[in-house]
Amino acid sequence: MPPASETAADGGFDIDRIRADFPILHQTVHGGNPLTYLDNAATSQTPRRVIQSLVEYYEQTNANVHRALHYLGEQATAQFEAARETIARWIGAPEPHNIILTRGTTESINLVARAWCAAHLHSGDEILVTAMEHHSNWVPWQLACQRHGATFRIIPITEKGEVDMEEFGRMLSERTRLVAVTHMSNVLGTINPVEEIIQQSHAVGATVLVDAAQSVPHMRVDVAKLDADFVAFSAHKMCGPTGVGVLYAKAGALADVGPFLGGGEMISKVGDTESSWAELPYKYEAGTPNIADVIATGAAVDYLASIGMDQIHAREQQLTKYLIERLESIPDIRIFGQAPKRGGAVSFEVADIHPHDLSQYVDQQGVAIRAGHLCAQPLMRRLGVPAVSRASLYLYNTEEEIDRLVSAIEAAKRFFKA
Amino acid sequence: MDDLEQIYQDIILDHYKNPRNAELRPDDTVLADEENPMCGDRIQLTCEFTNKEIEAIRYHISGCAVCQASASMMSEALQGMPVEEAQTLIQEFVSAMRGERELDPQWHEDLVALSGVRKFPLRVKCATLAWHGLAKILAERKA
Repeated sequence: MPPASETAADGGFDIDRIRADFPILHQTVHGGNPLTYLDNAATSQTPRRVIQSLVEYYEQTNANVHRALHYLGEQATAQFEAARETIARWIGAPEPHNIILTRGTTESINLVARAWCAAHLHSGDEILVTAMEHHSNWVPWQLACQRHGATFRIIPITEKGEVDMEEFGRMLSERTRLVAVTHMSNVLGTINPVEEIIQQSHAVGATVLVDAAQSVPHMRVDVAKLDADFVAFSAHKMCGPTGVGVLYAKAGALADVGPFLGGGEMISKVGDTESSWAELPYKYEAGTPNIADVIATGAAVDYLASIGMDQIHAREQQLTKYLIERLESIPDIRIFGQAPKRGGAVSFEVADIHPHDLSQYVDQQGVAIRAGHLCAQPLMRRLGVPAVSRASLYLYNTEEEIDRLVSAIEAAKRFFKA
Repeated sequence: MDDLEQIYQDIILDHYKNPRNAELRPDDTVLADEENPMCGDRIQLTCEFTNKEIEAIRYHISGCAVCQASASMMSEALQGMPVEEAQTLIQEFVSAMRGERELDPQWHEDLVALSGVRKFPLRVKCATLAWHGLAKILAERKA
């Protein structure tokens, strides 16, 4: 285990103890280099207690939920619903039934783009998205606009990588049916003023979906305070397992909206020619859900809450500042996104080294970063690059790991130097 | 760093740092424009032919070291080669990159150096981008 020079430098944030919770971090790769995991915006690592939750579920509780009238079925259902309550409380949702459990952020967004749009989006309407959206908060709206004859419009971003709020204000009108915005950009790190965006959107009667995949894992998010209509995020970016997504839907946001997927669980009564639907949230949870992983997501929330989201955020702010300072010390590096309010996803390019070469080179030194278009091709076009490299932080990262990244980039520069 | 040295052998780095034929002339017609949307690599290729042979290959490229070096090596290896022979070599090269066959050092010379890419499945497309572009040009010329 690497030494933690920064222990207790920040009010009891015990980095040694936190790192000890993550078994995967304590290994060497590619011939003895300590694993340095800096790809947390893609997926986060899993603490032992979440892994343990999965094991316990399959060893002690496994049964289908909401149907089996036997001991295991009741246990599984109780744990599944307890996880929903835990998630609801954690993000400030008024009621557990505001939480729809899906397979990921992408499915959460598609649910709204399919079901909600079918009820509310009409020819001549407009959907606004920002130029920094992930493909998952872009393509579903493009498709919805094509289906319903609506117009897909792109809110520009500024040089610093922030939403152009003036232009946004000009684009909003009574034609705006929905605004889809990321809370934190997975490329630029920018934390967007979603509260303000929601207020302005509501003022013209528009509904707002917030893609919180990059924010909820790293900071306290209170969906009721934000007054968002829909908030989507994934468990696997917040110490949870893969295959679980959350869609928060404000009370009433799905009133008069038809189903998304049809099947078991989502029905009330199934007739020969037509059927009626279950209450929320079950109406949108067709089929056997991802029971084990949902329960483990509850464990992930408990884990993060035990450390404290404000503590995690403060620690990551400190680390992000250090990461940016250290990257800026490398000659010929360009960092994308200079928003003052930002999180720990930092994209950059090193002159004359293609991101794929850089990522492959640093990987051989044990440093995992992301390279490519980061599922944000429209943003790449606006930045004028085909691809970028990205280092992204989480609560278990250290200054020492950032130093390792910087040394590896410097070595890559020497290696690829023309 | 064995794997890394394999993918970035000296000969590959040499072609990357000193690419051959990597410039289109102002009056060149781009005959193939290949893109790998996954990483944004792109090559625009042109060829000149004598009766049966490839006389010259020129291109403009943006991409990673493997992609650039592979294009450079291709432009050298296939220059002056009869079209049919070039088509065979392209097939052999692409299937070698996919791990379906070995390259013969005697016949394929420097190209063997690119074999290290096979260990990195995600990079195979980088190594074959230029070759797919040239294959299209040759197929169209025949048709």
